[in-house]
Amino acid sequence: MRRTMLFLPGNNPNMIVNGGLLGSDSIILDLEDAVSPDNKDAARNLVAQTLKSLKFPGCEVIVRLNGLDTPYWKDDLKKIIPLKPDVVMPTKVSGKEYIETLDAAMTEIEEENGIPVGTVKILALIETAAGVEHAYDIACASKRMTGVFLGAEDLTADLRCARTKEGGEIAYARGRLVCAARAAGIDAYDCPFTDVEDTEGLEKDTRLAKSLGFSGKAAINPRQVDCINQVFSPTAAEIEYAKEVFKAIEEGKKQGKGAVSLRGKMIDAPIVSRAATVLDMAEKLGGGIPE
Amino acid sequence: MSKLVSSIQEAIEKSGLKSGMCISFHHHLRGGDYVLNMVMQAIADMGIRDLTVNASSLFDCHMPLMDHIRNGVVTGLETDYVSGGIGRELSAGILPKPVVFRTHGLRPSDIATGKSHIDVAFLAAPTSDEMGNCTGKCGPSACGSLGYAMADAMYADKTVIITDNLVPYPLEKQSITEDYVDYVVKVDSIGDPKGIVSGTTRMPKDPVALRIAAYAAKAIEASGLLKDGFSFQTGAGGASLAAASYLKDIMLKKGIKGSFALGGITGYLVEMMESGCFEYLQDVQCFDLKAVDSINRDPRHIEISALHYAGPTAKSTAAQALDVVVLGATQMDVNFNVNVHTNSSGYIMGGSGGHTDVAACAKMTMIVAPLSRARMSLVVDRVNCISTPGSSVDVLVTQYGVTVNPARTDLLERFKEWKLPVYDIHELKEIADGLNGMPDPNPNRGDRVVAEVLDRDGSILDRIYQVL
Repeated sequence: MRRTMLFLPGNNPNMIVNGGLLGSDSIILDLEDAVSPDNKDAARNLVAQTLKSLKFPGCEVIVRLNGLDTPYWKDDLKKIIPLKPDVVMPTKVSGKEYIETLDAAMTEIEEENGIPVGTVKILALIETAAGVEHAYDIACASKRMTGVFLGAEDLTADLRCARTKEGGEIAYARGRLVCAARAAGIDAYDCPFTDVEDTEGLEKDTRLAKSLGFSGKAAINPRQVDCINQVFSPTAAEIEYAKEVFKAIEEGKKQGKGAVSLRGKMIDAPIVSRAATVLDMAEKLGGGIPE
Repeated sequence: MSKLVSSIQEAIEKSGLKSGMCISFHHHLRGGDYVLNMVMQAIADMGIRDLTVNASSLFDCHMPLMDHIRNGVVTGLETDYVSGGIGRELSAGILPKPVVFRTHGLRPSDIATGKSHIDVAFLAAPTSDEMGNCTGKCGPSACGSLGYAMADAMYADKTVIITDNLVPYPLEKQSITEDYVDYVVKVDSIGDPKGIVSGTTRMPKDPVALRIAAYAAKAIEASGLLKDGFSFQTGAGGASLAAASYLKDIMLKKGIKGSFALGGITGYLVEMMESGCFEYLQDVQCFDLKAVDSINRDPRHIEISALHYAGPTAKSTAAQALDVVVLGATQMDVNFNVNVHTNSSGYIMGGSGGHTDVAACAKMTMIVAPLSRARMSLVVDRVNCISTPGSSVDVLVTQYGVTVNPARTDLLERFKEWKLPVYDIHELKEIADGLNGMPDPNPNRGDRVVAEVLDRDGSILDRIYQVL
């Protein structure tokens, strides 16, 4: 479950130390855009120390790497992979070769350190026109691939169009990414909503992302977390319906029925699958904040 | 007959003030107060010495008082709270005898019972008539409630009102009435409005404070106390204010109509009353301009005295009617004792104020604070100073979740039922120590006692030692 992925600058100890307590399902410790070139070493060391000494119970740790076109990515991997973060996030992924290169380097480090190969997963940040067009190949490029994540700010720069709150300019990329990810059997994650003061806009944008099939959305501020979590959490009605689905199947079995219907609709495999996902999330969301 | 005298000096002379006596001041003008310094300078110029000053609180604008201590004009100090600059001087040991710290409730109780005798009270009043009927609700230096000045006016041998807004007799809104007043002095200005109240009390944006606040509000909801008739007090600190904001959302969503909010009143509590969360505000002190404006125009916003607020000898108090209070802490120990007097280096930087009083009285006392501040752990083995005993504290809320006093198994069960994250206090300390390491305990503590902290019954709760 990755409803929210909260970005935290890799060189800010105060933010990192509380990062796992801010309600997001994942935190992204950022070595890339949030860190200036003269701070790359410091951020890398801080993130490494964080992975070594802090625990984030119930919160997945993702490390965003510097791009393959920078002098930093190899050092990032050398320092980070031995400490086994859950996931690394490569940036500006434009084709399957990118993932293959990264995968090979990760494999080498895992082997050197006696870590089972494939322990650390990859969540690819797709933020170029080429990346969008090659999304399916990227999603299938490695067994480590756990998701693709749309980066709209860089993408719109590459597309030479303005980024708007309505998001018409990224509609194609959103649809394409969700389709590619689902076809590859992995998840797709939506770009952050960058106006942190606009809570209504955030909710609207998050609802849109959910309606398109995204599994979650990134947050650039902790204040966005609760709203995104709420939208991506199953509603009471959804949970109730999912329970009814399994109850109907159970009763159908008792009565020896081959096909079962609920509320006038046949219960088919996709309905069962969706109901199982809803109940699984509901089980994981035992309580706490938000409701 | 007129009680108007021409100067502070004339009022001092007429009051009969002599060396060795006790004088008092209130702190409603907070960091903008001119009156204490004006009166003390006049006293020093007149050659009066060896005085005890009983001030409900002291702020860094009162630093000239430290010189009067050094040169022997003032030899005793009794107060409920001091800010950091004053605290540093007192911790260095500039007073030969210990400062006496009371609570906001004990101070008026002791004044009323004579345990703390005041010879002359010098009381700033933002508006007064020439007979001494006065108020803080209006005038160029308006501060709102005069709750902390009332016991002084009623029980001091002589009461001097000092105002910069003299109005014709009789003043319509009277917080202190003429029957208690001996002299009235008109001065150019009693204070700097910018320092008296803040323009607005802002909601914090700090994500950790907001997380704490969200847990606090949910814990209040889970406690079972949040229902029609609910009464509430909270501070003006970031997490406390944010907790009120989350609570407001819950109350409005569930249509819960509270009875009253109490204490130092902020604009945020005014908003809660105006939006229907509470019927009344009981106000012993206003914190911002919105609260001052409200107390001046809205009859549901009631001014109360400090004795009425939380006096332990009063026949009943507003604090006793409290359901929930949300308070801060600089340190808390594994026995739930809270320190709001000293910082982690042992320097005085605060005081109980009403903390100890309302904690003792409310049905649920909740402390909200981050587990670490600048790598200093909140939870320690033993606080540097016990300001509020652990027996009065029910719940600690940090960014990790809730921690419940073992004496409150009822609350623990409720919080678990509501699936709030629950941590044991020792577990929390372990997390904090793991993050911050273990500091040396009070490395610069001297042997001399510089302050005594009184509990609500007047006994000594703890002692504060000199910092070398």
